[in-house]
Amino acid sequence: MNELFYDAAPNATRVAPERPGPRQYPAKPREVILFGTCVVDLFFPEAGLDAIRLLEREGIRVHFPEGQSCCGQPAWTSGYAAEAREVARAQLAVLESGMPVVVPSGSCAGMFRQHYRELFAEEPETLKRVESLAERTFEFTEFLLKVCCVDWQDLGQPTRIALHTSCSARREMNTHLHARELLGKLARVERVDHDHESECCGFGGTFSVRMPEVSGAMVQDKTRSLMASGADEMVTADGGCLMNINGSLDKQQQAFRGRHLASFLWERVSGEGKA
Amino acid sequence: MSQRIPVTELTGGFRDRAEVALADGQLRTNFRTAMDSLMKKRADAFPDEEEREGLRELGNRIKARALSRLPDLLEQLEAKLTDNGVKVHWAETTEQANEIVHGIIGARQGSQVVKGKSMVSEEMEMNDYLAERGVECLESDMGEYIVQLDGEKPSHIIMPAIHKNRYQVARLFHDKLGVDETDDVNELIQIGRRTLRRKFMEADVGVSGVNFAIAETGTLLLVENEGNGRMSTNAPPVHIAVTGIEKVVENLRDVVPLLSLLTRSALGQPITTYVNMISGPRKADELDGPEEVHLVLLDNGRSGAFADAQMRQTLNCIRCGACMNHCPVYTRVGGHTYGEVYPGPIGKIVTPHMVGLHQVPDHPSASSLCGACGEVCPVKIPIPELLQRLRQENVKSPAEGPKVKDGGAKYSRKERLIWRFWQTLNSSPVLYRLFLWGATRFRKLTPKHVGPWTENHTAPVPAKRSLHDLAREHLARNGGQ
Repeated sequence: MNELFYDAAPNATRVAPERPGPRQYPAKPREVILFGTCVVDLFFPEAGLDAIRLLEREGIRVHFPEGQSCCGQPAWTSGYAAEAREVARAQLAVLESGMPVVVPSGSCAGMFRQHYRELFAEEPETLKRVESLAERTFEFTEFLLKVCCVDWQDLGQPTRIALHTSCSARREMNTHLHARELLGKLARVERVDHDHESECCGFGGTFSVRMPEVSGAMVQDKTRSLMASGADEMVTADGGCLMNINGSLDKQQQAFRGRHLASFLWERVSGEGKA
Repeated sequence: MSQRIPVTELTGGFRDRAEVALADGQLRTNFRTAMDSLMKKRADAFPDEEEREGLRELGNRIKARALSRLPDLLEQLEAKLTDNGVKVHWAETTEQANEIVHGIIGARQGSQVVKGKSMVSEEMEMNDYLAERGVECLESDMGEYIVQLDGEKPSHIIMPAIHKNRYQVARLFHDKLGVDETDDVNELIQIGRRTLRRKFMEADVGVSGVNFAIAETGTLLLVENEGNGRMSTNAPPVHIAVTGIEKVVENLRDVVPLLSLLTRSALGQPITTYVNMISGPRKADELDGPEEVHLVLLDNGRSGAFADAQMRQTLNCIRCGACMNHCPVYTRVGGHTYGEVYPGPIGKIVTPHMVGLHQVPDHPSASSLCGACGEVCPVKIPIPELLQRLRQENVKSPAEGPKVKDGGAKYSRKERLIWRFWQTLNSSPVLYRLFLWGATRFRKLTPKHVGPWTENHTAPVPAKRSLHDLAREHLARNGGQ
């Protein structure tokens, strides 16, 4: 019986990685790259532009390399690692400059920070570039809060909002804490909790089309709790969740909507009310 | 009483069963209520985050150390148990395990078995195997008793009847046992208890599972809250423990943190009502205990998982069920939808090694990868990472040689081509820009129905201009690049 186990070396046993300490943030840089993400690029470009404006407002020069496309996440989470790797390789080349990379979507930032390591685990040379990218990638709320240390005056009307954060990003990078703290700086914005706030909205990339029954039940529960929260609108810094939640609300013919956090923040601090 | 078709009777795949479960309002409420309560209990049981995280790290390292020495520890366990008078049996398959158990019962001319709770015996489908051979097997854990009475399978590894509320149990007892219908939980428990007490005394053999098998001392540790574990392992003249080979740990000291993690993660308990430590049959000067004690160590695909460094981590599992309690998918579809012994996130990563991916092709996809499971796992199994790995194995072509049992279950040339096309598009700036141009320019032509997406959403319409366009214009104005 026991001979079965001698095939594998005992030292192949894996131990959970050490818990990372709190992230050390650099001083505010003069220039950054914005990685727009494919969903924002095509469906929520205004949010990307508002993110650029918010960064510029902090005196930062923003670059938007034209060669960027997608972080590779859709293929990666679908099991197509080789395809994801080649798309990731293209992004690595585009983001090579050494400047901080700001990403207005938690799960895509998580892809750079966490999962490129897995994609390139067998390419030691590439791994060095991957580590460099991971180190200088910031989710957009994290960057505004921790690197820019923004201090804002709220120019908007009093409002109540519910915050939804991509659950992989909140678990990988505490994005919910960053977004909450950022919203806390706005004097006339009241953030209301919603039921099962930390629960997934049901998007999960291709999960939403591979398991539409379960995913649909999840997004219906999420929209129901958002609407019951008493908020005027929902804000989120993840394009995938936003597309999922708004698409479902529209299907249900509800008036309630979600909006990208970048657009919400820009409206508050610039005083440019949107129609 | 709802008119639903029991999910267990459904054939078809995960999605078919999920559809039925999702439409069952009572089932949804039962799971949501129970899982919410369990999540709160766990959170309350770990008030100090630092302590919790330190303990999880320790749990992970203890299991990793045990796994790194698994063959040696199993041999040591066998030697120690043998010294203690326990007979050890090895079973590579569930069929062999059943034969061993049946053989032990047969040697005593036994016809009645009383069972404590054991998920490994569910893996073996022991009740059915023995029933076909004229041996009656009665479940003595209250939850297991309820599902057995209703001809069902457990829907949760810790709380087998969690899919039923007390009114449904009351009706079941009334229908099957002929007792007055009462929704008083204590009374319901007393009804079950009266039946079971008699059976403990009449049984020829008691069967139980094992939570931790301790190599250094040859001790079988079993936790439970109802006393049925102690009764089934003590009252009948023969006790057979069945367990998976991954349950072995080095020494008693290792058990202390693991036990604390197990009971707090599972039910939010500081410790269970009963902690049984079984170290052999009744000795000459002892008044009670079984005359014979056996341990059946089952492989059933575990050595396959062990042989793969990444999948080996599935063997860390101490079967607390916290991953399912926190899973948004499990909470909505319940345990029966998974169609296998182990449901929920842990079920999705251990089942393929037991039955092969061909039998559970949708298991790896039935997750949004939200990470709730990995976050609560007391022994830090990176469940989302392992699901991700299984997805890769699931879409491999036969030529690529999938490394998990029956991998390649979802291999499709067509889907592979779609992703190749996606790759080409997204790794070529020119093609990607062309795609953006087309998608924004012809946005009005976006179809109203886009596959399964539009079952739950309206079709997403591309913006008039892409961020590429807007950013270029904006940055040119502002002197950026």
